[in-house]
Amino acid sequence: MQYDKGNHDAMAEAGRRQARKLDLVNGKVDMSHGAGGRAMADLVDMLFRQAFDNPMLNRGDDQASFDVDAGRMVMTTDSFVISPLFFPGGDIGSLAVHGTVNDLAMGGAVPLYLTAGFILEEGFRLADLARIVDSMAAAAREAGVAIVTGDTKVVERGKGDGVFINTAGVGRVPAGLALGGDCARPGDKVIVSGTIGDHGVAIMSLRKGLRFATELCSDSASLNHLVAAMVAENGPALRLMRDPTRGGLAATLNEIAHQSGVGVRLEEASLPVREEVKGACELLGLDPLNVANEGKLIAIVAPEAADAMVAAMRSAPCGEDAAIVGEVIEDELRLVRMSTAIGGERVVDWLHGEQLPRIC
Amino acid sequence: MKYIDEFRDGERARALGKAIAAAASTDRDYRLMEFCGGHTHAVFRYGVPDLLPGNVELIHGPGCPVCVLPIGRLDMAVRLASENPEVILASYGDMLRVPGSKGVSLMKAKADGADVRMVYSVSDALELAQAHPDRRVVFFGIGFETTTPPTALGILQARDRGIDNFSVFCNHVLTPAAMNAILAVGEGDEPVEVDGFIGPAHVSVVIGSDAYRFCAAHHHKPVVIAGFEPLDVLQSILMLIEQLNAGRAEIENQYTRAVTPVGNQRAQAIVQQVFERRPSFEWRGLGDIPESALRIRDEFSQFDAERCFNMHYQYARGTKSCDCPAILRGVKKPTDCKLFATSCTPDNPLGSCMVSDEGACAAYYTYGRFRQQAEAEQRRQKQQREKRRAIR
Repeated sequence: MQYDKGNHDAMAEAGRRQARKLDLVNGKVDMSHGAGGRAMADLVDMLFRQAFDNPMLNRGDDQASFDVDAGRMVMTTDSFVISPLFFPGGDIGSLAVHGTVNDLAMGGAVPLYLTAGFILEEGFRLADLARIVDSMAAAAREAGVAIVTGDTKVVERGKGDGVFINTAGVGRVPAGLALGGDCARPGDKVIVSGTIGDHGVAIMSLRKGLRFATELCSDSASLNHLVAAMVAENGPALRLMRDPTRGGLAATLNEIAHQSGVGVRLEEASLPVREEVKGACELLGLDPLNVANEGKLIAIVAPEAADAMVAAMRSAPCGEDAAIVGEVIEDELRLVRMSTAIGGERVVDWLHGEQLPRIC
Repeated sequence: MKYIDEFRDGERARALGKAIAAAASTDRDYRLMEFCGGHTHAVFRYGVPDLLPGNVELIHGPGCPVCVLPIGRLDMAVRLASENPEVILASYGDMLRVPGSKGVSLMKAKADGADVRMVYSVSDALELAQAHPDRRVVFFGIGFETTTPPTALGILQARDRGIDNFSVFCNHVLTPAAMNAILAVGEGDEPVEVDGFIGPAHVSVVIGSDAYRFCAAHHHKPVVIAGFEPLDVLQSILMLIEQLNAGRAEIENQYTRAVTPVGNQRAQAIVQQVFERRPSFEWRGLGDIPESALRIRDEFSQFDAERCFNMHYQYARGTKSCDCPAILRGVKKPTDCKLFATSCTPDNPLGSCMVSDEGACAAYYTYGRFRQQAEAEQRRQKQQREKRRAIR
């Protein structure tokens, strides 16, 4: 075909018309949205680029490019394959941002940039995808990070679960911090940033076969602002931080005990647990210590700095219910133990298999 | 939720601990069996033994449905799911990880292609059957008197709604028969030294406190029915000690907020309508016990998986040197077993007591691993006490 300017304009116009065809109300994902052609470009332009809008992404290159300061960087990645995709207090989109931001923040880092990889299932509603993408964008804005590069793939119907999201992130560690899983020492205090088990119980209340009515919301949130407040309060007193997601407080404390070669003693009476979570766990025969959180952190802190740290956390976002819940002890067995409310003692173990409601 | 913390109050618990210490005579030992796995779980989860004097010992009974199911019955379920592609086996989650013969659990059978689904209740299984009219859904019914009425109701609903691709593999067992078997030890068996029972909570809600009269009448052993909260357990221990001190053997009810003498008669009627007693049933650890389990009545035979699929029981041996049988009778403690915490752990259970949260071994491992040294010390002290008494 002979090229002339008129034809070019007509093609551009046709392209724009086609772009307008991306139907975010009734449309569905089809195989062409991942095929690398026009439809995929439209999806990226009209959905991802508009929602995540930032100069690095808008350049449209194969990679995001940025300058780095001298010092230490951290990097992490996480994949999100949850069901249901939408839950009280969040959705897979906000969770995908919070999860990776928190993994960076647990290293004491200031999160800077995220990537977003989407695996979409053929037939997934574009309206739901738009809702998820908007929620990711809002979560990123709130955390102060930019989603600077991404990827989209489509799999045939039946080979996915609606949408899977992978996010990776990089962050910068402020000078003077030396956090690590092996840094807990006997005598250190164990601080938890708020009530435990909220996320897991909120999700479980929606699960098929278990459905129960609750006003409980997931605690899904970015913790980087809380961490910044903690670093500002007394960075050098922080031994390590972890976010107790899957496996709950119990799994995370056991990990810390193993990595640091110490034991941990918890005080049951000082654990912050919401009444709704207590009630649901009671009904289902679960232990709040094993239930997932998505907006909580555990900090191991030098004993002399612990009270001031808790006070600083309580006036920071997501730290209102922060409390000292135990301490690090010497223990060759590297067990997490708990003084129970009635004055006994027990081990707080990793979860074995999946946490399931008991028969009786 | 109200009424949780009230039954876990530290101050009241310590007061009860003191009362128990004051009541317990130093001249004797008190061996009290908590029959039910729910109590075993509670005892360890809250650290109840830490509040008891050394001569008050809790013995963990066989009241964990997963633990007492004989391997041969589990093998039947595995074979059913593996050999019949049209079958969806619907099971409570606890059952999936129990190793059967040659270590094959339902979980492994599932990985090999059997269609095994975890359900939370019999109504989930009914829903499955309705959703898959081209398949045959079998509900793996296990448990004591607490789970039996729902299974019976499931069968009645299947009949009323005309759901003909649903059946039940019935393994429901009876608490009083097992308690009787523990007390009536046959010749050649190691004797079970039990002074009294902490009676089941939820089971008693269904069957009522009168169901335990035989313990007092025939065996002269006291029973105190107790709730599952730590204060319930402590109070019932105190009540048992008081009975034993006075030489009484009565059925007392600590769990008055839920248990009545006659129990839930509506539930009993449904069970009676659908099930009848089997002449005999094998229990892991306790052997064959007459009239200790239920089967589906003839008029509901179309919902009886054993008949629909022509299933047959075959005795199967457990892991060699696994002490589950002795542990289930209360003759041995989990820590007496050579496999405990070495090759048998909750992640890789060899015996059934290590699988369920309510099994004594799992409770020991999960909540009380550090107690092993303390227990060795306790045993030493006990021997000393016995020596001193012998000298006197």
